[in-house]
Amino acid sequence: MEVPENVKKKVTIPFEEHFFAGHTACQGCGASLALRYVLKAYGKKTIIAIPACCSTIIAGPWPYSTLNVPLFHTAFETTGAVISGIEAGLKALGYKVKGDDGIMVVGWAGDGGTADIGLQALSGMLERGHDAVYIMYDNEAYMNTGIQRSSSTPYGAWTTNTPGGKRHFLEKKHKKKVIDIVIAHRIPYAATASIAYPEDLIRKLKKAQKIPGPSFIQLFAPCPTGWRAPTDKTIELARLAVQTAYFPLFEYENGKYKINMPNPKKEPKPIEEFLKLQGRFKYMTKEDVEILQKWVLDEWERLKKLAEVFG
Amino acid sequence: MEYKPIKKVISGNYAAAYAALHARVQVVAAYPITPQTSIIEKIAEFIANGEADIQYIPVESEHSAMAACIGASATGARVFTATSAQGLALMHEMLHWASNARLPIVMVDVNRAMAPPWSVWDDQTDSLSQRDTGWMQFYAENNQEVYDGVLMAFRVAETVNLPAMVIESAFILSHTYDIVEMIPQELVDEFLPPRKPLYTLTDFDNPIAVGGLATPADYYEFRYKIAMAMEKAKEVIKEVGREFGERFGRDYSQMIETAYIDDADFVFMGMGSLMGTVKEAVDILRREGYKVGYAKVRWFRPFPREELIEIAERVKGIAVLDRNFSFGQEGILFNEAKGVLYNTGLRPIMKNYIVGLGGRDFTVKDAKVIADDMRKLIERGKLDKEVEWYHLKR
Repeated sequence: MEVPENVKKKVTIPFEEHFFAGHTACQGCGASLALRYVLKAYGKKTIIAIPACCSTIIAGPWPYSTLNVPLFHTAFETTGAVISGIEAGLKALGYKVKGDDGIMVVGWAGDGGTADIGLQALSGMLERGHDAVYIMYDNEAYMNTGIQRSSSTPYGAWTTNTPGGKRHFLEKKHKKKVIDIVIAHRIPYAATASIAYPEDLIRKLKKAQKIPGPSFIQLFAPCPTGWRAPTDKTIELARLAVQTAYFPLFEYENGKYKINMPNPKKEPKPIEEFLKLQGRFKYMTKEDVEILQKWVLDEWERLKKLAEVFG
Repeated sequence: MEYKPIKKVISGNYAAAYAALHARVQVVAAYPITPQTSIIEKIAEFIANGEADIQYIPVESEHSAMAACIGASATGARVFTATSAQGLALMHEMLHWASNARLPIVMVDVNRAMAPPWSVWDDQTDSLSQRDTGWMQFYAENNQEVYDGVLMAFRVAETVNLPAMVIESAFILSHTYDIVEMIPQELVDEFLPPRKPLYTLTDFDNPIAVGGLATPADYYEFRYKIAMAMEKAKEVIKEVGREFGERFGRDYSQMIETAYIDDADFVFMGMGSLMGTVKEAVDILRREGYKVGYAKVRWFRPFPREELIEIAERVKGIAVLDRNFSFGQEGILFNEAKGVLYNTGLRPIMKNYIVGLGGRDFTVKDAKVIADDMRKLIERGKLDKEVEWYHLKR
């Protein structure tokens, strides 16, 4: 595809597309946009493994694929293991893996397939140091099976198995900090990213490509269907998650933390601004909101301290 | 090059490891479990000593072992793993993934009983529980057959694009030393050329998606193709077995190895190391005037229906020895064999002897007791009962 001259100068995001129209994602799907960016960043020499998740469906049924790269659909809990095997197979056959001109081996799994059932395989892949990139797209529930809570679902959220109701049976656990578990492996590179900040996302994806060994990116991707949010609010929600410090952007590189917030000096916005646009939080009481707000700010302070000490 | 075997006294597990080495496997992903461990330790040793150039993935579970094997195999590499019992059960989900994605992975399973209670000894329930996963299954009688089985399994698997399991007994073979005739590398290379994959994930100009959603309009045909590949495997197995015999002197063209069938009143039928004991017993019984033979089922999947029918045409009785049991029914081999004969109208006296579960010894003396029982039943012309728990303490 030719890049128009006037566009070339402004855009830092690769122009080429490897995620095509005709996919089967819902309107306003954050995950499909996220996948599009990932393939823009890595180009056609990418092998992607996708477990059971929304993206299994988004990629399209046999004999079609909306992805212009080799794709291996795999079992729910195996993303980490399958990309380990793909990397080893490529090396055994003499291919260069990762780096500027190597084949990119990408694991692309949702929060359920990463934070829950796939955590063990992810840990194994990170610990063994395979040259691959694992991307967890975080839409905070099991969206493909009908919006059930995952361990990445936040406190106070309605899901179909934390339905609220008269007895207030809402999600009562805070979001699992998967990135902290990943960092505990002391891998060379881990980062959070958001579809609301595509330049930052592309930069991180490129960095993950260059650094040998395993990389991990937790990529925030709102889900209008599961979040009971308007389909035109996806990017706004992704942005508010960062601006409220609910999902802060940062990098962990060789032991060092670096926060990359769009306006570093600005205080986080109140969490209500993120919550009020979504039906999934409508059952929260005032106390619930306070509990979540406190957790968000405590975690934010903790991250700032980490960046201060290990910056 | 003239074939001069390299004779070594090695365990069944080392026979498996040497076969993997000689098959030039490129990726091994495995998790340790008794009594499989010395297979993967030996392979690690080959790598450490510079004898092999293998990508070795020490995974964190058997589930991941098979998942990693699947990923590696999908790139086009030749892939090997080994496991046993609980490990094989943990792999179960991914066994389907391997066969359904048409990946010719070869695995050695060391037959071990399932817990609880814990047992590390021989029992076929672990592998037979994987009957419907789309894996071919070869049961080795001795260490030589473990070695030969792995080499043949790769040839067959890569011809029909289905995975294959080579199965050996816990301790009876895995840790027992015996003479194994190994084949010089150049001759193995001639017998087993490099893999030609059905597809790979490395064609970036024509990218493919493997294993995506198939609607009811298409899924059915995927199953049919696997069924056809299994049927084709029977011919391939016989041909490869014949070729193996011509090249290396050990003929495996029969999926059921038989002896004394032509004039036998009844035969012992069974699988694995058990049949070594049976062969010894049959020789002794023959000298004592019993008209007895044996039918050793080498390949359980695909099941050698035609060969079984030929045997059933000739004998009055079949004593099926099962070192396994399907609760609520009967021994698994017995169940399969009876099913094959139903529509043929052949009705030999078939009795199921459940033997050796959890490593209990099965001896020549036991075979003799069973032979006497079978003789009596054939004379009488009808069964006393279908299933006998032979060793039961009463």
